[in-house]
Amino acid sequence: MLEIKNLHVKLGEEDKVILKGVNLTVEAGKVHAIMGPNGSGKSTLSYVLSGREGYEVTDGSASLAGEELLEMEPEERAALGLFLAFQYPVEIPGVGNMTFLRTAVNAQRKARGEEELSAAEFLKVVREKAKSLKIDADMLKRPVNVGFSGGEKKRNEILQMAMLEPKMCILDETDSGLDVDAMKLVSEGVNALRDEGRGFLVITHYQRLLDHIKPDVVHIMADGRIVKTGGPELALEVENNGYADILAEVA
Amino acid sequence: MAVLKPTLKAKGPLSVEGLLARHPMGGPGAKWAESARAAARARLEGFGAPQRRDEYWKFTNPVKLVGDAVKAFAMDPDDVFGEVDALSLVFVDGVFDADASDSLEGESLEIATLSQALSADIHWASELYGKLEERGQNPVPRELAALNTAVAQEGIVIRATGKVARPVRFSYIHRDDASDAVIHNLVKVEAGAEITILESGPAAARFNKQFEIDIADGGALHHVRAQGRDHDRLAFTAMFTRLGQESVYKSFTLTANGVLTRNEQVIEITGDDAVAHVAGACAGEGDFHHDDTVFITHDAVNCESRQVFKKVLKSGATGVFQGKILVKEDAQKTDGYQISQGLLLDDDSQFLAKPELEIYADDVACSHGSTCGGLDETGLFYLLSRGVPRRDAQNMLVIAFMDEAVQEIEDEDLQELIRNRIASWLDKH
Repeated sequence: MLEIKNLHVKLGEEDKVILKGVNLTVEAGKVHAIMGPNGSGKSTLSYVLSGREGYEVTDGSASLAGEELLEMEPEERAALGLFLAFQYPVEIPGVGNMTFLRTAVNAQRKARGEEELSAAEFLKVVREKAKSLKIDADMLKRPVNVGFSGGEKKRNEILQMAMLEPKMCILDETDSGLDVDAMKLVSEGVNALRDEGRGFLVITHYQRLLDHIKPDVVHIMADGRIVKTGGPELALEVENNGYADILAEVA
Repeated sequence: MAVLKPTLKAKGPLSVEGLLARHPMGGPGAKWAESARAAARARLEGFGAPQRRDEYWKFTNPVKLVGDAVKAFAMDPDDVFGEVDALSLVFVDGVFDADASDSLEGESLEIATLSQALSADIHWASELYGKLEERGQNPVPRELAALNTAVAQEGIVIRATGKVARPVRFSYIHRDDASDAVIHNLVKVEAGAEITILESGPAAARFNKQFEIDIADGGALHHVRAQGRDHDRLAFTAMFTRLGQESVYKSFTLTANGVLTRNEQVIEITGDDAVAHVAGACAGEGDFHHDDTVFITHDAVNCESRQVFKKVLKSGATGVFQGKILVKEDAQKTDGYQISQGLLLDDDSQFLAKPELEIYADDVACSHGSTCGGLDETGLFYLLSRGVPRRDAQNMLVIAFMDEAVQEIEDEDLQELIRNRIASWLDKH
């Protein structure tokens, strides 16, 4: 599904190299997790894949479902099926959550040459999906993320993901700022979307999220590279011993 | 460093006589009216015509505003508040159209045309006309406001004696490309009374429009105004408002387009525990100059004032904000807030701000801020990453930027009408 080859990235304005040759393949139906110390390049990887400005790709490639990603605009990548759940979802005052969701869903459908959803169809689907995430009518009506608690913002991210039905989901530290109950709710939302045709890349600092969203593959990232890859047990090893042992081992 | 454009040269120096001569004097009014006009005329003569060098006109060229010839293509956009159940007052090119308006009556309401009021002895009108304008002439002379009082024939006078359920709606229609209008409205809100005033539409090719608003103890006035979208108009508006004890004044203005608009708010809080909020959002492109000039005087204890102004500027547009909070020595426990922000959608536009605080009391909380910048990059990326097309995403961020000002409107349905108008402007630009 997602194929990253030898990806080198530096910050656009400075000469700081952040990714130094990332190789990673996420297959459809699989959940991959990336763990790593602060500053290892995890969030940068998610931004570069989704098309945020300010980064310069100096080498390598990334493709989604066989299509080259890196030359596309962010909205084209979204229409192709890439979704990034933000660590800090942005507040948009004055724009209702529903309006925003419908604009996004229909713009993607249009870009893919599919028919747009009518207001009634959309409402039916969004209500159904919101219910399972315990998002009430008021949250749907309110402006995007304005006045939402940390947990509500993350649930709203998952609702967007559920509505947009992407092929490839990247979750950037979705567990940050969540209490145990909220993490459970968000994880259930993610697990409900696990599907044969969909890949996941879960970026996290902590094992605890991976107790809820069970990964097939765990990668350790350090200094702009993936330095170790293993099964779920690798996350446990990090939880127990920290990164020092692993980093020493691969050094 | 911006390249200075040559300023427009007036044909000869502006004179008070020249300004007065443009507006035919009406027939003789009541004695009080004649003396109020004469006093205003004397004020204007004392000030002289507006001059570019005055600090008060630092960022806006008055010569352009009061030039000899005026021409602006007539335009009759939908009334933003057309669907609101309201008492409707229609003006065409600055002239009250009684046939197109509702009859001048309503519950808890006394209402008349200015010309009726000027020729009668309506004591509350005679106590108000020109009085708040005169009080607002210190410390800064506002020449065009004095001119308005001296020559105005058109306008509406309103007295609210209780809670007025239906808003009073002023709909301005502009038909004549060369119309040059002066409108003077009075609103007296009696103790405990409440009223909502709506204004919409382009008044004329050029207009000088004034409100004098006196809100007695415990009274409340809500004002929501939509200016535009006629582009070529020249507009000077002034609202002089006095607030009594525990009274409330909330005014919001949306301006879309306009080669030159100067909106002034001169507010004097004279009663304790009063609240005054003024807010504005404007959007303009190209040959667009929009100036909000606000002067709030706190002269009572435990009062609150807020100023929230947002300007969206593109393709060489200019936004100006001059806002002052004056807290007099005895105005303890004043809570004053002022924010002005410019959103520049390109490198050609400019936002000029002059926030001022002058505080003589020692137990007050006043804060002010002014910012100027482009679209929020993180917000833009967030929306794009959801597949929202770039133009829609930019529009959503413009709406988001303006929303802090829109939220100053208390009535949520009116908020929504204003948001719709902003969205429709964005669709066209």
